Amino acid sequence: MKNLWLFLVRYNAFFWFVLFFVFSIFLVVQNNNYQRSAFVNSSNVVVGSFYENVNSWKEYLSLRIINEQLAEENALLRKKLQNYTSADSLSDSVAYLTDQIDKSRYDFVVASVVNNSINQKSNFITIDKGAADGVEQDMGVITSNGVVGTVLNVSQHFSTIKSLLHPDTKISVSLDSTNTAFGSLVWGNNTDSRYAMVRDIPNHVKVYVGAPVFTSGYSTKFPKGIKIGHIVQTDLASGESFKDIRVLLTTNFINLNHVYIVKDKMATEKLELEQHNKDNG
Amino acid sequence: MARIFIFNIIRFVILIILQVAVFKNIGYYNIAALFPYILIILLLPTGIPNFLLFLLAFLTGLTVDAFYDSMGVHASACVALAWFRIFFHKITLDMEEQSSFQTPTWGNMGFKWFSAYLLLGTLVHHLVLFFTEIFSFQNILYTLASIFFSSLFTVAVILIISLITYNRKSRLAN
Repeated sequence: MKNLWLFLVRYNAFFWFVLFFVFSIFLVVQNNNYQRSAFVNSSNVVVGSFYENVNSWKEYLSLRIINEQLAEENALLRKKLQNYTSADSLSDSVAYLTDQIDKSRYDFVVASVVNNSINQKSNFITIDKGAADGVEQDMGVITSNGVVGTVLNVSQHFSTIKSLLHPDTKISVSLDSTNTAFGSLVWGNNTDSRYAMVRDIPNHVKVYVGAPVFTSGYSTKFPKGIKIGHIVQTDLASGESFKDIRVLLTTNFINLNHVYIVKDKMATEKLELEQHNKDNG
Repeated sequence: MARIFIFNIIRFVILIILQVAVFKNIGYYNIAALFPYILIILLLPTGIPNFLLFLLAFLTGLTVDAFYDSMGVHASACVALAWFRIFFHKITLDMEEQSSFQTPTWGNMGFKWFSAYLLLGTLVHHLVLFFTEIFSFQNILYTLASIFFSSLFTVAVILIISLITYNRKSRLAN
């Protein structure tokens, strides 16, 4: 008995090892059989909250990457927004239009077309809004996808519009949204309601077939940047230093239903200021 | 005595936190993992009773297991390491050193002894660890490669830690 005791003490390290090791292996095997059955795992409250903290620090370390991703996303969204802004005149609702074009400056009155002509030499449109609705002479008229004309005469509840398809109508346009080249849009000599001409484009300006034409915003009649049409023909010479361009209109004059009358709130101010120039000159 | 006791507790806390928060995320997939927490067991004082050594090693392993979700794997490896430690001390240290209750650090024991101690201890620990974890002798070459690279990795990190905390006091064995 004493010898056995001595033997155990002599090799106690080995026996303790066997004991602890077997217990460890038992734990391993038990855990393999019953996954996560044991209470010492990461669902444990202490361990779980610890990892939560570690993760919050890890997140902090990856902030730079997250920032870059957000910046990229911002750039993408901005690009999309830009597309919408430049395509504003293609939109269908007047609310959308007012949202895109300078809100504080322009008001829009919706009107229905009650009479329309496209086949005369001078074409006029009649709408169902008049002075009672704030329509005044010389206001611009647009549709959701282009320009219609200017208000000619106003009665209490109706107005007549001098259509774009009228020899006297002139609208200031630019060949791109940044106003580097501009001319005036007229119906010209043709008899087709789908086409109009841009006159007096300087010869040095390069124009391309298919490029869009916008309103310039120089007059008080139309806001800047409304799309009028696309260039279809560029080789019409009108003089030595100017050329004419044929434009396919985006406005469909054949079935015109709803139009928007543009009210420029600052028109009086602008005209008054410009009047001084004439006085001085 | 009390100093050594407190040092060991501090070492335990710091190394466990480093292990589960930092070293766990470092490594090359499963080929080279990093377990410098075994320094806790390696640096326990020399004169510690066998039972206490096994118990502390077992609890250290179990603590790491709790964070690794590997119930018993690290505990068994640590127990094996403790047994190796007793064996190694018995054959390399004389009786006086064995009962001197000092910490077997690089500074205290010299580089030759410490490096052999560290290298063999790490190999034993990783051998048991990986085989217990995989629990089969299939793909044995892959397992041995993991053990080899992990050991190199662990030894390198432990040497760096030892160098940072190097404190040359006495040289009993050289």
